[in-house]
Amino acid sequence: MAGDERLANEDGGQARRKAAMAVLAHSEAVDIAGHLKAIALPAHEDLREPENGLVMVRGRIGGDGAPFNLGEATVSRAAVRLSTGEVGFGYTLGRDRHKAKLIALCDAMVQSDEFVAAVEAEVIAPLREAMIEKRSRKAAEAAATRVDFYTMVRGEG
Amino acid sequence: MYVAVKGGERAIENAHRLLAHERRGDRDVPELSLAQIAEQLSLGVDRVMTEGSLFDRELAALAIKQARGDLIEAIFLVRAFRATLPRFGATEPVDTGTMQVRRRISSTFKDIPGGQILGPTFDYTHRLLDPQLADGFSPDEPATGEAPAMATPRVTDILGRDGLIEPSPAADADAPVADLTREPLNFPADRDLRLQNLARADEGFLLALGYSSQRGYGRNHPFAGEIRFGEVEVEFIAEDAGFAIPLGSIALTECQMVNQFKGSATEAPCFTRGYGLAFGQSERKTMSMALVDRSLRARELGEEVVAPGQDEEFVMSHSDNVQATGFVEHLKLPHYVDFQSELGLLRKLRQEFADANEAPQMQEAAE
Repeated sequence: MAGDERLANEDGGQARRKAAMAVLAHSEAVDIAGHLKAIALPAHEDLREPENGLVMVRGRIGGDGAPFNLGEATVSRAAVRLSTGEVGFGYTLGRDRHKAKLIALCDAMVQSDEFVAAVEAEVIAPLREAMIEKRSRKAAEAAATRVDFYTMVRGEG
Repeated sequence: MYVAVKGGERAIENAHRLLAHERRGDRDVPELSLAQIAEQLSLGVDRVMTEGSLFDRELAALAIKQARGDLIEAIFLVRAFRATLPRFGATEPVDTGTMQVRRRISSTFKDIPGGQILGPTFDYTHRLLDPQLADGFSPDEPATGEAPAMATPRVTDILGRDGLIEPSPAADADAPVADLTREPLNFPADRDLRLQNLARADEGFLLALGYSSQRGYGRNHPFAGEIRFGEVEVEFIAEDAGFAIPLGSIALTECQMVNQFKGSATEAPCFTRGYGLAFGQSERKTMSMALVDRSLRARELGEEVVAPGQDEEFVMSHSDNVQATGFVEHLKLPHYVDFQSELGLLRKLRQEFADANEAPQMQEAAE
């Protein structure tokens, strides 16, 4: 029972971390850094120096079948450890190492009882709002190009 | 064979200096920024990312600038760059069904769930040069409409529900995914390897092959079941973190071609399919890719292999424009020793020819 509960907590923690990472990966480093200024940052050290590399992006045959290698993408990654022990990971598309480091720092803070509320409120929430706003605008632009077909009916009138 | 020749260092250095000067062009004209290339020549950037096989808009823009707009040279530069970085692993396969669609059309059904969305397209333009663009033009803000909350399922998924189209080949968890960047090409090639090759293949080569297959060199009479373009989320299982980490999104174009039937005594006839997928907005590329993917399935579907577009060894060995450029352009390199030996042989043959023709004349003169 206790084990199940712990697992549920772990899953919950992982889901929260993943949701935060999804927002951060979509944001610019300058915006993440700007929002982080609202928080007195905890002491931390680099566990993995920020670095650039590649991932092979995979697609699926027919969209839903067996995987195949489409081509690579540049990525940056970093890992940090707070002085209180939480380890955060930062991964993002592109070559912005500073952004990877900022994501890692946020991920560590999301796992810290002391910082989770602040980082959610000051950083993740506003960035999520901006991300959704941008997505909605693009969706609205696409929606305006939706075709309304009508069929000519013969022999009327 | 060509050999290294010494000398000419200064000439080479000055040639590169001249190249840099010509690349810059008239210095009274403002210099192009990478952002300008990435934003305003975006389809060229998409092509360089697709055939360079590296998703990174800024790098592709840099390559285009450095290559003076020669896209194959830019693709070469991007390929060379990718070799300098370590690979952390492979992403989870992307799910194009969850794409944030910016364009999505079907030539098979007019009423598809989610609708036909034209998006930013050259289709239906009159292809008349627009003098307005010649000097500073600020376009209207795009129109907006109400985006429906409904999902946009793939058209092939809709056909698949009734069994009218063949299912995609199922994933085999035990089979490694072929990777031509790690293993040399081997024939016969499975479809995963073929698709990787076609994804990075020269667009012009695939366009010509796809076109040839439509005109009767092979059997290809498809419908464009669906073409979609938009953003797809990418996830990567990071070993250190221990779960699938969101990396952000990439722009992809996907094309599903719907072709004529297969069937057997035991299987009801159903449509077959060809598949295309590429980085960015690459519609001609993915359509051509899907045509060639389908024609390369001739062997698998028991069709007679009679045309170039059905011959996987021919297609896959000649589709890569970096390899092709290397072999064609190596003819520019010094072949002096080779040529000297051929010249020597030719002189000998000509001497023999002359001797043979002279001998009878001398004989005639003597008579």
